[in-house]
Amino acid sequence: MNAPVNLEKLLPTVDHRHLDHLEEEAIFILREVAASFERPALLFSGGKDSCVVLRLAEKAFKNRVVGNEFSGRLPFPLLHVDTGHNFPEVIAFRDQRVAEMGERLIVGHLEDSMARGTVRLSHPLESRNGHQTVTLLEAIEEHRFDCLIGGARRDEEKARAKERIFSHRDSFGQWQPKEQRPELWNLFNTRIRPGEHFRAFPISNWTELDVWLYIARENIPLPSLYYAHERPVIRRKGLLVPLTEVTPPEAGESVETATVRFRTVGDMTCTCPVESEAANASEIVAETLTVTISERGATRMDDRTSEASMERRKKEGYF
Amino acid sequence: MSAVLNSLIHHQSDVDTQHRALRFLTAGSVDDGKSTLIGRLLFDSRAILADQLDTLEKRAAGAPIDLSLLTDGLEAEREQGITIDVAYRYFATRTRKFIIADAPGHEQYTRNMVTAAAGSDAAVVLVDITKLDLEQAEVTLLPQTRRHSLLAHLLRVPSIVFAINKIDALVHPAEGYAKVSRALRQFAEEAGIEVKAIVPVSALRGDNVTQPLESNWYQGPSLLQVLESLPTVQEKVEGRLAIPVQYVATNGDGTGHQPRTLWGRIAHGQVQAGDEIQILPSGQKARVVEVRKAGSTVAQVVAGESAGVLLDRQLDVSRGDWIVTPDSAQPTNAFEATLAWLDTEAAQVGRKYWVRHGNRWVQARITAIEHKVDIHTLKEAEAHELAVNEIGHVRIETQQPLPVEPYAANRVGGALIVVDPTTNRTSGALLVR
Repeated sequence: MNAPVNLEKLLPTVDHRHLDHLEEEAIFILREVAASFERPALLFSGGKDSCVVLRLAEKAFKNRVVGNEFSGRLPFPLLHVDTGHNFPEVIAFRDQRVAEMGERLIVGHLEDSMARGTVRLSHPLESRNGHQTVTLLEAIEEHRFDCLIGGARRDEEKARAKERIFSHRDSFGQWQPKEQRPELWNLFNTRIRPGEHFRAFPISNWTELDVWLYIARENIPLPSLYYAHERPVIRRKGLLVPLTEVTPPEAGESVETATVRFRTVGDMTCTCPVESEAANASEIVAETLTVTISERGATRMDDRTSEASMERRKKEGYF
Repeated sequence: MSAVLNSLIHHQSDVDTQHRALRFLTAGSVDDGKSTLIGRLLFDSRAILADQLDTLEKRAAGAPIDLSLLTDGLEAEREQGITIDVAYRYFATRTRKFIIADAPGHEQYTRNMVTAAAGSDAAVVLVDITKLDLEQAEVTLLPQTRRHSLLAHLLRVPSIVFAINKIDALVHPAEGYAKVSRALRQFAEEAGIEVKAIVPVSALRGDNVTQPLESNWYQGPSLLQVLESLPTVQEKVEGRLAIPVQYVATNGDGTGHQPRTLWGRIAHGQVQAGDEIQILPSGQKARVVEVRKAGSTVAQVVAGESAGVLLDRQLDVSRGDWIVTPDSAQPTNAFEATLAWLDTEAAQVGRKYWVRHGNRWVQARITAIEHKVDIHTLKEAEAHELAVNEIGHVRIETQQPLPVEPYAANRVGGALIVVDPTTNRTSGALLVR
């Protein structure tokens, strides 16, 4: 990833004008959610995709006053499922952004589900990533949400490529890939029965590069983890595992300091950084143009276990 | 370096549809090489990354990798070796971005193809040349080639391209290509289909997919060059205005003092402050005092974009209404349409369904099925109901008048979906005639 970037060669490929169309489509989808549902919420983790969706929501519903400052409030609250294993920098960023924007944030804590007994870990350091589905569905039920807006993209993963922009979930919160409603033109069928809900994905048609181009163009604030910084890591099975309290070194492994950035920030137990010197969004755009490993392939420990792991989790209600 | 990139990614707001991604669907039966072709497009345009390739290489265990495996995303698909549902794939070249609607090709294909075709700018119909009898003086096309192209034509996909695949399997490819091209052109002329290009390819070897074929018998463009040159659907910016009201923002500035903003994606025309408009179905008239786009006030918003419209007086306007040029549209509650049926429960005359036109949901019923269309031949046949995957010409009656337009003239005004009120399934697609 640190190969020198030949900018002259890259320039013609970095055309961003398609972003106007992607933005237009995403805003249309967000307004569709606000108009079609009674109790929607926007999933906001502080991650880059949800930061992009949040900016799009501001554009869809708020008046911009000066520069990047928007006035007014979104017509729905933000929702975050906190596994208790999130990077502290991300949680701090999340709370700061929410306070700055004056939005309402609802947090579902996985640890509350553990206390209730609805989540049981098989061992204390087990990845909690898969378990957050339970907490998510509990939050949906408690707040009677009928549509959750998410930042998933179809280029992330094969099961995602199959999912509709408006994805119907049954009363168990489950995705049924064989029962998906055809999506024709922009005429979304958002009719539901009580207890069912939808997941809506305004940036379905965006790629990782589009997201970074948009972050650079719109100057969207992100957690510092996304940019190059020094961090203690452990090299394990081709991944750079960040040294944290929940990912200690195994016997025989040594800890080293590397200059890294995160391409995605999720649960600490399963999210890895990549080596990089890219210190701002523009440099990440340049790097993304030359990257040879997919976002999930480079950064996720849990998706590697099975080709169908994402599909199985989505069927259980994962987003 | 970042300064250069920053200037490059400076925001520009000019509307230039060449910069819009081209959405295209691929049509073809199982074993025609559709998945391989898509895999090849992704592979050669480097949309496949090392770890994804690694998975394929492991599975191939030494044999050449199977590009078709790139596109089967679901467990059940891998188990059964078929594609169950439409998937969307993304790739980009130096000049264009593409979205492929990858629709399944097996026998029960129609509903998937209808889904993929709605909103597509182009269709690539794959012709497997090894399945054709090239000994005949006049080559007979396979039924599915006819079906796929007729269906794309019926759904008014703007550009239809034929890709003659497995050209590498022929001893005399020049002769085969010439013969099949002749048959395709003749069929297209009879059916009234405008053919944008007929391109010989080998998806397996990669000949003429992204790299032009170097041969003495074909000097035309590669498939990718054809795709790079095709237009995206252009909304009509000139002429009368039509905006389906999507969302009414009552508290635009957070204080409640700002008048209501009527948001909607412009179906055709353009809007600016000073324009006189009419609200449908109420018929009330007003003048536009301000036009907004996303977070800011702008001079003008054109077809294809979402406009926020503020009026000079407080009218009763809600989602589902239309903002139009005064006296330009005549709503009706009875019209004729082509109905593509997608539901396993057959379409019934007289039963009440929900239909969605623009942003309005109304109840509707099929008052008559004039005939169904044989999608092998486009011939008409008598019908009393439409089963799944059937297409018919029907008469529709709606509970409220709708400002429908012929689909051929305008996609937004001419398209409706039909939803079963019991199951909430999307049961049909209506194209106004």
